[in-house]
Amino acid sequence: MDTTLNKSVDNGLFSDDVMLDLNKVTKIYPTPKGDYVVLDDLDLKVKREEFISIIGHSGCGKSTLLTMIAGLNEISRGTIIADNQTVRGAGPDRAVIFQSPSLLPWLSAYDNVMLGVKQVFAHGTKKDRDDIVKYYLAKVGLEDSMHKSARDLSQGMQQRVGIARAFALKPKVLLLDEPFGMLDSLTRGELQDVLVEVWNQEKITAVMITHDVDESILLADRVIMMTSGPRAKVGDILEIDFERPRNRAELIEHPDYYKYREHLINFLEH
Amino acid sequence: MKDKIINVLRFIGLGFFEPAVRLAAGEDVKKNLTALFQKVFFPIISIFLFMILWNVGAKKLYNVEKDFKIETAKASGGEAGVTAELARIESGESTVNSLPAPAAVWSAFKNLLADHKAISVKKKEFKERVAKTNEKRKAQGLKEITYTGRPSFVDQIKTSLWTVFCGFILALFLAVPIGMLLGLSETLRSSVNWLIQIFKPVSPVVWFLLVYMIVKTLTLTYDGDVSFIISFIAVGLCAMWATLVNTTLGVSSVDNDFINVAKVLNLSVGQKVFKIVLPSAFPLIFTGLRITVSVAWMVLIAIELLSQSPGLGTFVWEEFQNGANDSNAKIIAAMFVIGIIGFMLDRIMFSVQKLVTFTEQ
Repeated sequence: MDTTLNKSVDNGLFSDDVMLDLNKVTKIYPTPKGDYVVLDDLDLKVKREEFISIIGHSGCGKSTLLTMIAGLNEISRGTIIADNQTVRGAGPDRAVIFQSPSLLPWLSAYDNVMLGVKQVFAHGTKKDRDDIVKYYLAKVGLEDSMHKSARDLSQGMQQRVGIARAFALKPKVLLLDEPFGMLDSLTRGELQDVLVEVWNQEKITAVMITHDVDESILLADRVIMMTSGPRAKVGDILEIDFERPRNRAELIEHPDYYKYREHLINFLEH
Repeated sequence: MKDKIINVLRFIGLGFFEPAVRLAAGEDVKKNLTALFQKVFFPIISIFLFMILWNVGAKKLYNVEKDFKIETAKASGGEAGVTAELARIESGESTVNSLPAPAAVWSAFKNLLADHKAISVKKKEFKERVAKTNEKRKAQGLKEITYTGRPSFVDQIKTSLWTVFCGFILALFLAVPIGMLLGLSETLRSSVNWLIQIFKPVSPVVWFLLVYMIVKTLTLTYDGDVSFIISFIAVGLCAMWATLVNTTLGVSSVDNDFINVAKVLNLSVGQKVFKIVLPSAFPLIFTGLRITVSVAWMVLIAIELLSQSPGLGTFVWEEFQNGANDSNAKIIAAMFVIGIIGFMLDRIMFSVQKLVTFTEQ
């Protein structure tokens, strides 16, 4: 299925089905000892409404890849095309959920989300914007504390705001950079559920970087396994065929779950 | 009630009274009593020790000078000279000008306040007396007659505070915008860095002279209070560096995550500066402003002294030149007043800083 799609895209067909197209993407950091090639001619296509996760060892360049898609990091060679447009810089059409929540601590949760909404829906009415902000904050379970200052929220709550902020931009692509990496396992589980729930309704094309095998299986349609750097490439791709909406408890009992899990862990260990 | 008082105390920087409040509320007696001893009683004891040391030292210095006078009298006039000199010292005709004792300073301070009262009364009387004339003069388009007598100590304090305030405002409006520009542009920063490094350590006295050279020429045709203008500009220029450097640092070291947020949201330059950069630099800017206020107050005395603009500096200098019996006591009294006002200014800035600082403390 995957290969056929890639072929048809290469022929110029079905190009509308592709949201993100990474073509021979290379990242080189010049060092005094010569060029350090982080990513080498990496090709990847992400379909519309697809959720992919990228796993790999620390330092393999997966975060670099994500920041390049976001437009926050220069592309040394190759092209990234998002919704038929070449990526040349950052923009709200590619929202990022950062590893640290990166909320502005002097603003309330509401104002943090509003900052972006104002940018994207500048032409809407004030009421519309207010509705959008409140809708997404309620979606992530913060209707009661939306006017609290961001610095008074726990790390988990802050990341909820981060999720609301990204979805509220109505982006074409959602980029998640180890969004739950800094959280304890209990909070991480809660937030994964929040993310699954919001994503099921919005179906925004998503690319998530993670270390967590279970997280990948729970959230992604495809798991991209990257080889260890330098000169990292796509090593293997695993399709997760569970139906959506997914539910953590049901997945764990599914016989295929452990097959997928073993596949991923095998890749990471060798 | 108790927590409210504690919060207010902490806010204005008098948190060391906290154990006393807690003790009054009957909370955890043993722990709070220890804290009270540590934070209140021991400081009070140290004040007493300081007073005793000062008193003993002052007496000693007084005696050294007195003995010297008597010795000189003995050498020139024999026993009769000694008796005469002793009588003159007794009557205050011959002054023994040394470090005054605490009691002398206290009485000098009270005298200064009494003097202020007397002058205030005089001023009021003068105003009433010239009220009618002033009305007439106003009607004729002439300048009103104002009181031109000697300013009291309290008037001098007010003038000094006003000078520092003007200097501070000048520093604020110079240092914060310039610091922001420097923080935002690395090119600008590296091109004027030499200027900052050279001007930062320049002494207040030289600043005063520099400002004097420029302002004097610019105000040749101006018949207002030029010495005040010179002194507040010099105070501002001396004191602004801490704010300038801190603002530059704060603006240039904004968390990279916040910059990324601004990029993803496509914020305009103005939005980026006012919504992200400035708020995140606020804590550092206010730390700078706090230093600026204390530096401004510190250099004020020297600058007023040089500029002959009225104020505490001039007061201290005049008393020193005066050399009357209680002059030294007045100078020490002024020193304490200067110190205490400086301390209060710092507390005020501290409270403002707490208000705008967003990080948890």
